[in-house]
Amino acid sequence: MVLTIASGKGGTGKTTVAVNLAVALQDRGVQLLDCDVEEPNAHLFMKPDIRETVSVTTEVPKIDAGLCNYCGKCRDICQFNAIAILPTAALVFPELCHSCGGCFRVCPEHATLPSARVLGEMEKGRRGPVEFVHGRLRVGEAMAPPLIRKIRGESARDRLTIIDAPPGTSCPVVAAMKGSDFIALVTEPTPFGLNDLELAVGAVRKLALPMGVVINRSDLGDDRVHKWLAEENIPLLLEIPFDRKAAEGYARGELLAEVLPAWKDMMLTLHGRIMEEMERQA
Amino acid sequence: MVELVVVSGKGGTGKTSITGALAALAENKVLCDADVDAADLHLLLGPTVRERHEFRAGHKAVIDPTKCTLCGECLEVCKFNAVSETFAIDELTCEGCGVCVHFCPAGAIDFPESVCGEWLRSDTRFGPMIHARLGIAEENSGKLVTLIRKEARKLAEETGAQWIITDGPPGIGCPVIASIGGASAILAVAEPTVSGKHDLKRIVELAAHFRVPTLVCVNKADIYPEAAREIEVFAEEKGCVFVGRIPFDNAFTEAQVKGETIVEYKDGPGKKAISKLWEEVEKQVH
Repeated sequence: MVLTIASGKGGTGKTTVAVNLAVALQDRGVQLLDCDVEEPNAHLFMKPDIRETVSVTTEVPKIDAGLCNYCGKCRDICQFNAIAILPTAALVFPELCHSCGGCFRVCPEHATLPSARVLGEMEKGRRGPVEFVHGRLRVGEAMAPPLIRKIRGESARDRLTIIDAPPGTSCPVVAAMKGSDFIALVTEPTPFGLNDLELAVGAVRKLALPMGVVINRSDLGDDRVHKWLAEENIPLLLEIPFDRKAAEGYARGELLAEVLPAWKDMMLTLHGRIMEEMERQA
Repeated sequence: MVELVVVSGKGGTGKTSITGALAALAENKVLCDADVDAADLHLLLGPTVRERHEFRAGHKAVIDPTKCTLCGECLEVCKFNAVSETFAIDELTCEGCGVCVHFCPAGAIDFPESVCGEWLRSDTRFGPMIHARLGIAEENSGKLVTLIRKEARKLAEETGAQWIITDGPPGIGCPVIASIGGASAILAVAEPTVSGKHDLKRIVELAAHFRVPTLVCVNKADIYPEAAREIEVFAEEKGCVFVGRIPFDNAFTEAQVKGETIVEYKDGPGKKAISKLWEEVEKQVH
């Protein structure tokens, strides 16, 4: 089962829920994939023993000047302006390339040769029984989705995979959520929290996936999130009240499910609610 | 004209609350919300929309089943697995590369331009604002950011504005790169947590990569004062300008619930700190 923890708004507690849920359920066989490759944070709490680091690349063209006849077919098929053809030179802008492979297929001279652009790296390791994988986008690289898809590809079928998704509602989030069995959206009861939750719910509905909502710092702000969930018939999975001790533990990088017994119980309750809702919404 | 872009790396550190406060404090400015995929600044500034413009970018492939011969060529050439076995294209997976359109022997694949969202020109009680809405689960957020920054600059030139104050997106990927390139400076809002420190490093590296001058502040500084100090030291080591600490103040949330900026809402430690921070920013960037 693949369970994705997402949110529209950043900083609502996605990573806190993902890492603590993984630790609370660790005896059942859990894998944690941190797909927030722009700003991965789960490792700061899991402190995994990293056993493997691989560079993740994407295929981009390189043009062999000796073979190129400057016909411009590669430039014409490229939708991303990654190739420019001048009268006596062919230029590739690898950072604009989406790796669609079109230029390789149309070149009549076989002058487009495969080359690689580094997207970032993937690291794999463990924390006790929990299997851990995350990605780290190279600073300056714009395209997160292909690296996210690579991390997503590590999910194993035979156990619970927990995915820590990036914030927002655009392509990186879709890449993280696609193919999940359930989405838990983490929000906070504020106008920003509600606005971004509405957008995130829109994205989950587009993907037609079962979902539920966790309200973090549930006693701050106002009651508009609660009311909206009731109107939209979206299940509330868990409410986490603000707790200064938890906020300070989080600030230091502690795993709350290990230091605060109430957190382990909350995470087990959350898991139970998710299983119930998955069955109900199936 | 000075374009200041408020960013953070990590989400939820208080970018938008701080941008809203700066909107209230700065004189003669244009406001811009570049967090196009989860825009929130309008909730504080209550804009009255004056103009709406469609944002079109990129294309999506669509198979016409009446022309499709089920030959399988599109399935074969698509690198994104966007074509189903029943020869329908999943619009959320389609990258818009057009390779299937080119190679379809039956000419059965259309390639219409996509409307990915809209951008708006509005008035607020603090001055004009350019903002946008990216369609849910849409692509091309970087292009939309580039577009609204261009519009904000145009508007600032027309009105002779001294400042453009921009609320940026979280992360370090495509929309962030589009938000900061060529800006006068970024203001990175960090929070004093292990995640906040980690994420600040990456946004500072990104700004250095694109040679954008960087100001750093710490929000909720009293939650973990040691980390706040470490951030200050880090910022100075990296050649950034440290412009201040803002304490945790629930008035930020209370103001947000009322749809106000903290500057209008209530005197207190938050407002005091942010007023001081703005004085420092004005001294540093011009």
